[in-house]
Amino acid sequence: MQFGIFTVGDVTPDPTTSRTPSENERIKAMVAVALKAEEIGLDVFATGEHHNPPFVPSSPTTMLGYIAARTERIILSTSTTLITTNDPVKIAEDYAMLQHLADGRVDLMMGRGNTGPVYPWFGQDIRQGIPLAIENYALLRELWRKDVVNWEGRFRTPLQSFTSTPRPLDGIPPFVWHGSIRSPEIAEQAAYYGDGFFANNIFWPKEHFIRLITLYRQRYAHYGHGTSEQAIVGLGGHIFMRKNSQDAIREFRPYFDNAPVYGHGPSLEEFMAETPLTVGSPQQIIDKTLTFRDAFGHYQRQLFLMDHAGLPLKTVLEQLDILGEEVLPVLRKEFAVGRPATVPDAPTHASLLARRDAEASAVPAPVLP
Amino acid sequence: MKPLNVVAVAAGLSKPSATRLLADRLADATRERLGGERPVEVHVIELRDLAVDIANTMVTGFPGAVLRAAIEKVTSADALIAVTPIFTASYSGLFKSFFDVVDNTALIGKPVLIAATGGTARHSLALDHALRPMFVYLRALVVPTGVYAASEDWGSGGDKHTDGLGLAERIGRAAGELADLVLRRTPSAAAPADAVEAVIPFAQQLAALKP
Repeated sequence: MQFGIFTVGDVTPDPTTSRTPSENERIKAMVAVALKAEEIGLDVFATGEHHNPPFVPSSPTTMLGYIAARTERIILSTSTTLITTNDPVKIAEDYAMLQHLADGRVDLMMGRGNTGPVYPWFGQDIRQGIPLAIENYALLRELWRKDVVNWEGRFRTPLQSFTSTPRPLDGIPPFVWHGSIRSPEIAEQAAYYGDGFFANNIFWPKEHFIRLITLYRQRYAHYGHGTSEQAIVGLGGHIFMRKNSQDAIREFRPYFDNAPVYGHGPSLEEFMAETPLTVGSPQQIIDKTLTFRDAFGHYQRQLFLMDHAGLPLKTVLEQLDILGEEVLPVLRKEFAVGRPATVPDAPTHASLLARRDAEASAVPAPVLP
Repeated sequence: MKPLNVVAVAAGLSKPSATRLLADRLADATRERLGGERPVEVHVIELRDLAVDIANTMVTGFPGAVLRAAIEKVTSADALIAVTPIFTASYSGLFKSFFDVVDNTALIGKPVLIAATGGTARHSLALDHALRPMFVYLRALVVPTGVYAASEDWGSGGDKHTDGLGLAERIGRAAGELADLVLRRTPSAAAPADAVEAVIPFAQQLAALKP
């Protein structure tokens, strides 16, 4: 079971001071958060990709490459990579390059994006969102798996005798997750390829995400990648904690009340009752997170949103300390309890490499003349 | 025998409200016209009580538990009576907001009676210019008679413009049309509750993109 954090990369005023960090501060804060994530023993750091204010992470591989150079163990990922508006050729190149620099500590999560206007900025049409996600991803897979690609599709110029460089590290393409908040087509796509499926599990009641995960698990089994229990599931979650739950609620409330998405609607208490948002003591965070397993089945990756809504860097780093010291060890232990041996871990570069080598050695080598 | 389920949505704001009163009258009249063969259950939903939940749903994208239960009542009803005060020449914002948060396929084929209240009879065509097109968009089955109750209707009989029918008669006629529509429906017309998402097989989605 992997634990990590994912960031949206929003530049939001701190409602308690009315101070807005500069883009430079926010970018450096995201890096500091990533380094802290490695320090406290998290497995994954994932950044969003956005191309409009108030968000800064428009160039994920630049940021992840920088973080790769300053970390040794943590997996660098995305939440999400825009498969609709990025040229799949550039995704293939950028993430293969990142894979080499990070010695394989890379996977990525495909998403369609949630901002309509982004499509025309990159020469695309939002009405083609799903077809773009399907065609672009099919091409991306081919670019990573075939040295020379001849290809023709509907949405970009044809490719003739094209080789995407660098080739994926050890010939193993990065593992891919697909994130979706509402499209059964994307759950179907993830299942078809045997890729992972991630439900961000924030802002909405869990019942909404259970439908998508259930569909993904059923279709994963349908396509013969394993049983539905063996499908590769990731979930998000949003937490804020202090030693005493009342302190956590008092400190977080102004951020909640003014947060993009959350603010100016239902109260913090109502949101906690209806959605996976948890604000409270470390024990409450542990208890709530463990309920995700009951709702979604044994899963492979848990990412938390920690640096949203204008929380100052100092607070976020304190949150990560509490997460690392008091929550993470318990979650690791508790999630292992009752987990069937047949439920796999999320694939990593090392595990994919080992599997390929095992399969290669199982086949007798051809006799050369 | 499973009772027939009549749900009235009333968007009146005052308490007591003329809109609620009209909703009750229409519901009672519908119950009477349906009566006999099957038991009838009537629920009246006052949107005033859900005003904050409806606004919250606008900003969060999902309804809370109380509103969810109300939406479920409306979408599972055998007949729907929708009553709004006329504000600024149309349905009230609260009325529209409620139907904005109901899934736009959830009322397909639903027998619906539309009704409205207002201070003056001059706005009665709002029923046919505003409410009826909205329910047509939602592909509901709206009965021909809409019932508009202006202040003066509560205290008078009909006039030549209402074929001599007073409010009570118009309520009766509309309720009769709604009851007929409900009773003539075949059981298969009721929307099934589907548990799992319908999905187009991926190979088919891929093949559709072949140049």
